[in-house]
Amino acid sequence: MDFKVVLDNLPLYLNGLWMTIQLVIISLVSGFGFAVPLALMAVSKISILRYLSKFYIYFFRGTPLLIQMFLIYYGMSQFEAIRESFLWIFLREAYWCAIIAFGLNTAGYTAEILRGTIEQTPFGEIEAAKACGMSKTTMYLRIIMPGTFRRALPAYGNEVIFMLHGSALAGVITIVDLFGAAKIVNSRYFVPFESFIAAGLFYLCCTFCIVWFFKWAEKHWHVHLRPKT
Amino acid sequence: MDRKNEALLVENLHKSFGLEEVLKGVSLKAIQGDVIAMLGASGSGKSTFLRCLNLLETPSSGKVFVGGELIRMKKNRFGESVPEDIKQVERIRTRLGMVFQQFNLWSHMTVLENVIEAPVNVLKIPKKEAIEKAEVLLKKVGIYERKDYHPAHLSGGQQQRVAIARALAIEPDMLLFDEPTSALDPELVGEVLLVMRKLAEEGRTMILVTHEIGFAKEVSSRVVFLYEGIIEEEGHTKDVFENPSSERFRQFFSKHVEH
Amino acid sequence: MLDLHGYLPMILEGMILTIEVAILSLLIAVILGFIGALAKLSKFRTARIIATIYTTLIRGIPDLVLMTIIFFGGQIIVNNIGDYMSWEYIDISPFIAGTVTIGFIFGAYMAETFRGGILAVSYGEIEAARAFGMQSWKVFYRITLPLMVRHALPGFGNNWMVLAKTTALVSVIGLQDMVYNANVAGGATRKPFTFFLVVAILFLCITGISDIGLRWANRRFSIGVRRV
Repeated sequence: MDFKVVLDNLPLYLNGLWMTIQLVIISLVSGFGFAVPLALMAVSKISILRYLSKFYIYFFRGTPLLIQMFLIYYGMSQFEAIRESFLWIFLREAYWCAIIAFGLNTAGYTAEILRGTIEQTPFGEIEAAKACGMSKTTMYLRIIMPGTFRRALPAYGNEVIFMLHGSALAGVITIVDLFGAAKIVNSRYFVPFESFIAAGLFYLCCTFCIVWFFKWAEKHWHVHLRPKT
Repeated sequence: MDRKNEALLVENLHKSFGLEEVLKGVSLKAIQGDVIAMLGASGSGKSTFLRCLNLLETPSSGKVFVGGELIRMKKNRFGESVPEDIKQVERIRTRLGMVFQQFNLWSHMTVLENVIEAPVNVLKIPKKEAIEKAEVLLKKVGIYERKDYHPAHLSGGQQQRVAIARALAIEPDMLLFDEPTSALDPELVGEVLLVMRKLAEEGRTMILVTHEIGFAKEVSSRVVFLYEGIIEEEGHTKDVFENPSSERFRQFFSKHVEH
Repeated sequence: MLDLHGYLPMILEGMILTIEVAILSLLIAVILGFIGALAKLSKFRTARIIATIYTTLIRGIPDLVLMTIIFFGGQIIVNNIGDYMSWEYIDISPFIAGTVTIGFIFGAYMAETFRGGILAVSYGEIEAARAFGMQSWKVFYRITLPLMVRHALPGFGNNWMVLAKTTALVSVIGLQDMVYNANVAGGATRKPFTFFLVVAILFLCITGISDIGLRWANRRFSIGVRRV
């Protein structure tokens, strides 16, 4: 094997890495923002909200991300109304299609994680909040959500890794992310091993960084659970 | 009728869980400075009664007045009794400080944060002022040195003392204790009772659900003995213990004093 | 109803292929998972290290990248060996590449699940079996294995669902599964949304049916397990 080709094309890989990071971060942030209301809907007492949210979560967790991306990237062009609306400015670009698909997807998974951890809130803590006269809003803002985010941390760390791995699909729809860069190198020089293994190593490093970050975050945010030494 | 210093008035309170009626018409009056001990076997309904006062449980029927103010109730479309105005309930809750059997401290906050949480975010007191008051309270219950600890790093007795400080921080008109020592190891009960005794001596109005009969006898001014959802015995502590009229209370009393 | 312009049989053919890939790769994954779990719990350091490298690599690299490495790279290796041995040109089919890769990937996840299952069997239960004079194979077969299945089942079910969805990736390396066929049909009829939606619904059917089956199995195997 000869990794000289990879070194010669390092800028291409680094650009791809930057694209991957962009895709992952934008999708995660927007997906998380969407996941919070979805999770709140899933635990709501109003059954229509609950069903809507559960259906959303079921659809996005039950179908492959690839299909979701294709539905948006290829599928939207089927509707003339969309092609003629301002939305088309975004939907004709692979970049935005990928971000929309990834964001909607991670929102479904994250909402499910948050729903679980909201339901795990110790009942006594909720009662104590009620007993001192907290309104529902204050209780969610001050007692339930802060605890929820902390408990969700390990599971969310896994979700971030899945999003990183899922983002490789962007390379399938012409985006030059890490996987896209590897595809270009492979097609130019026909070095499948070197080109894709190099991409794999970049992904591996990113995964390690994420794992490391979440370990650090858990240390930081789970002080209240760790036994004092 | 003089209602000026009436702290609590409960009229004919009923509470059912499904088909089972836990409270079958309980009435009670407390004036300011009363320390009322509620005694009874497990399942007699004493905790449920306490939890109906701040509407952690919704009474099925009956009236609750706190400081002369009636908690307004209505029927929902299923015919269940529900509070008419949740804002009123929230306001009344800030006047009742509650201490739970399982402490129920907020695990993600430090001791100090637990104590200032309600003053700052419910009563909207400036944070600086709330911290000053909280520190006084934490000194009072003897846990000031641990103010930056998280609840998980404290013993049960320490947690319960924090919970008492938290209940005091909203400057309530009345304190509700729901079996505050039942979840504690025997050697930790004393430190919590000590704090509670101090509060009783200050002349605070307290309703105390407990199994600690000896303690109830010492600090309470009145005793209420519940048996299967009905008040079986009630009166001034001294009278009740020296000369109980109910045979059931006599039995209950003798059984518990042996330990 | 959705108008599929007569492409339904093609999509369903693709679905059968998808299910074939899924089941075959599950088989590979279970075998690799067992070996991996035993290696991770083994007394031999080398076995433990190899197993750890395997699971770490798999969980650190995207499925799509692994699949491409095996599909393209595997082809080169086979060709090189072929040249050396002066065989005729051997073509690695996307079916084999896809199935092997997915099996290989999920073998790592299964290894973790099985390892957890084995560790969850309490030593006391095994000891009790020994105390009654059971031989070691009998202890494994009658006590350890059923207990392990019970503990590993939820994780196993989860892995299977993720695996089923991952099979969609084989369309990227040219295998004519239902995603590939939907793409063709969508392009031909200019109705890509309709066809991808049909495929999404078919995937929901697969995961939905699996879900029901797994719940049944969970009930069947978890008798006597206390729920929190």
